[in-house]
Order: sequence, then structure tokens, then C-alpha cells
Amino acid sequence: MGAPAMSNSMTIDGKHVPFSDGQTIMDAALAAGVYIPRLCHNPQFEPHGSCKLCVVSVNGRNMTACTMPAAADMVVTSNTPELNRDRKALVQMLFVEGNHICPACEASGNCQLQAAAYYLEMQSPHYTHFYQPRAVDASHPDIFLDLNRCILCELCVRASREVDGKDVFGISGRGIGTHLVVNAASGRLGDTNFAATDQAAQVCPTGAILIKRQGYKIPIGQRTFDHHNISEVQMKPLEPEHE
Amino acid sequence: MSEQRKIRLATCSLAGCFGCHMSLLDIDEKLFDLLKIIEFDRTPFTDIKHCGPCDIGIVEGGVSNAENVHVLKEFRRNCKVLVAIGACAITGGVPALRNNIDLWDCFQEVYLYEGGLEGNQIPNDPELPLPFDKVYPVYEVVKVDYFLPGCPPSADTIWKFLTDLIEGREPKLDSAMLRYD
Repeated sequence: MGAPAMSNSMTIDGKHVPFSDGQTIMDAALAAGVYIPRLCHNPQFEPHGSCKLCVVSVNGRNMTACTMPAAADMVVTSNTPELNRDRKALVQMLFVEGNHICPACEASGNCQLQAAAYYLEMQSPHYTHFYQPRAVDASHPDIFLDLNRCILCELCVRASREVDGKDVFGISGRGIGTHLVVNAASGRLGDTNFAATDQAAQVCPTGAILIKRQGYKIPIGQRTFDHHNISEVQMKPLEPEHE
Repeated sequence: MSEQRKIRLATCSLAGCFGCHMSLLDIDEKLFDLLKIIEFDRTPFTDIKHCGPCDIGIVEGGVSNAENVHVLKEFRRNCKVLVAIGACAITGGVPALRNNIDLWDCFQEVYLYEGGLEGNQIPNDPELPLPFDKVYPVYEVVKVDYFLPGCPPSADTIWKFLTDLIEGREPKLDSAMLRYD
């Protein structure tokens, strides 16, 4: 160390992007106003790197932007037809793996999975649907947990652990059996100290965690992604991503 | 040139609610413009029972029983371009909410446990099509050329899509028209 950094900057899609030590490619892109699609990453929490939507090409190799530390003179490409095609395929796989029935979902219009699919111009889920049976847990007086819509981003896991200090959620199982679990002997949300005011109740990008009795307060057609592109919404890192 | 052959269009609703058809009718007076260049084959509007050779087939609804498969395959055989319209045709939609419930449990819940019909029984007339264990999106049964999502897609969206297709452009929905709800 010691010697002053000659060039703490890289390029993303040809744009000059400065960064400071410790920043990831995602951090630097956000600060520079360059949008990289993401679902499991939220700048408020430690990066997780699981959804792979933010995969960018770094000097010709694919890396997740949310976990890869920025380095001098990196040449990053993100908004390319190839990478966006891969991102669309990832979103399509999420759609067929869970049970995402938008017309029957309270989160429709506020859902980042749906909004990412709009952004990537998904016309159909393309792959064969799994229609896996998944549980709905309505045991909590104020919150629904609907695993049909869980995409395993672990944002609720991180928020509960890092912000709420409660450790209400965890991930269990492997491969296709991976699923969200609730930290109670009964496995039921109603038997935890989870509260609707917890950060973990606010961060779900889909409709897997829903506050009860709010469903259609804002009608379909007047919701966040009915009027805003996900890139506009996610580029406002310091504001909450819901209305 | 004025004697140009009209484009032949067929539509049907499988496991759908006819909401997409209502949305098509919602193009209102543009229907007159449409009818100058197209003619309907099998649709709920003409009451033609079987689909003949067509340029465009529009399928609403998912595939929930044996009759749906017959109709869908007839459309695929006869239509040069097959379009899946609406959430049900594209993902199974609301009818697919039953996909995680055992079919027999569904039957019992609907026909046996709920009162109302005299001598509660599960319908088994041989004319009734056999239901499938699950509701499938159209593209999991036949090849689909274009998708028009929405529940339903708005009249403007349908109009944009149809005019693109009829006038020989690759159909393209702008971002405000691409909706799944």
C-alpha cells in the first residue's frame, strides 16, 4: 500500500465509473447511476450473490456484481443482449419453480420479480412449470408467509438477523428441496416474536411475506411498478422500495 | 388490390373466463376497422364449432381437460400463427391455483361437502370431458408462436399486437403494455 492509487476507476458498458476501496461493482455502479438488475441484493444488507441477476462480464469473465470487489481498470459489461437473455432465463426459472400467479397475488404491481420480468421483456415463463406444493403459514396475527412465492433471496433472513436481531428466518434443505424455515419449535410464524414493524417484514421482493389487512389498499394499476420501471425504483438506494 | 383475401382469424377460450375475449371486444369501434381486413372463423362470436384453415389463432385459457387438448390441437393444426393470450394460457393462471390440491379433494369439496344440489354427487356424464390432474399452460401442450400477457391484456394492448401482426411487423409491446395482472 502506501503509494496513491493511480486509477480507482473502471468502466461499465463504456462508462467511466469511479470507486473507493471496499466497494463492490454493484456499489460503484449504484453510486454512478448505472443500473444492474438484481433481486437478492439490497444495498442495506450484506451481499448474498444468490439470484445471479446481477452477473456482469468482468474482463470477459462472468461475476456477480453484488459480491465482486471493484478493482482498478476493470472492463465491465452489463447491459448486453447476451447477459439480459441469461437474466431473463433466470427469472423464467424462478417463475416456473415457484407458484407465481400474478392475477391472484396481493403483491402484483409491487413485486420485484414481476418488475424484473417486465424489465427483461419476459413474454412467457418458457420452461415447464413445477407446480410444487408449497405451504402457506397464516398462523401469525399480522403477517402471512406464502412459500409459493418465495425465491430464496434470503433478504428476510438477513434483515431479521442483521437489523431486527431476531433470527426469525433461515434456509433449510438442499438443491430443489431448499426452502425458507421459521425459527420456532413448531415451525410456525405465529410462534415467533416476529412483528409487522420488523425490517424483515418489509424487505420481501415478492409476495411471500405479506402484512395482513393491507392487500388491496392500493388498487392494481396504481402500484409502484405500474408506473415506474424497476431500474428507476432500485436506483434510489436510500429510500424504501415500497409505498 | 381491394379484392385482397381477408385474414382469417379464429379464437377460443379453454380454461379461461372469457375476460380476454371481452377485452378484445373492448377495442370498440376499431372492430369495424378490424373487420375490414379480417374475417372470423371459429370464435364465440360466430358460433362456428370447428376451426378451419386460418391465418391467426388466438387461444385464451389454460388446458384443464381432455376437450381443451382437442380444441387446442385443432387450432395448432389449422392456424399458421398461434397466439396465447392472457395469464391462464401463459401460466395456467387462476385455474392453476388448484394444481397443488388433489383433484379428488377438489371434487369432494365442490360437489360433496358443499350443500345445494339435491343428492350431492360428482358429475360423471360420459359427455363431460375428463379433467386433468393439473391445469397446464398452452405452450406446454403445443408450440406457441406469440404470447400476449395480461389478465386480461388491455384493449389497446390487443389492438397494438393485432395491428403489428396483421401489418407484417414483429409484434412488440412497449413497457407500459407488458403486464401480468
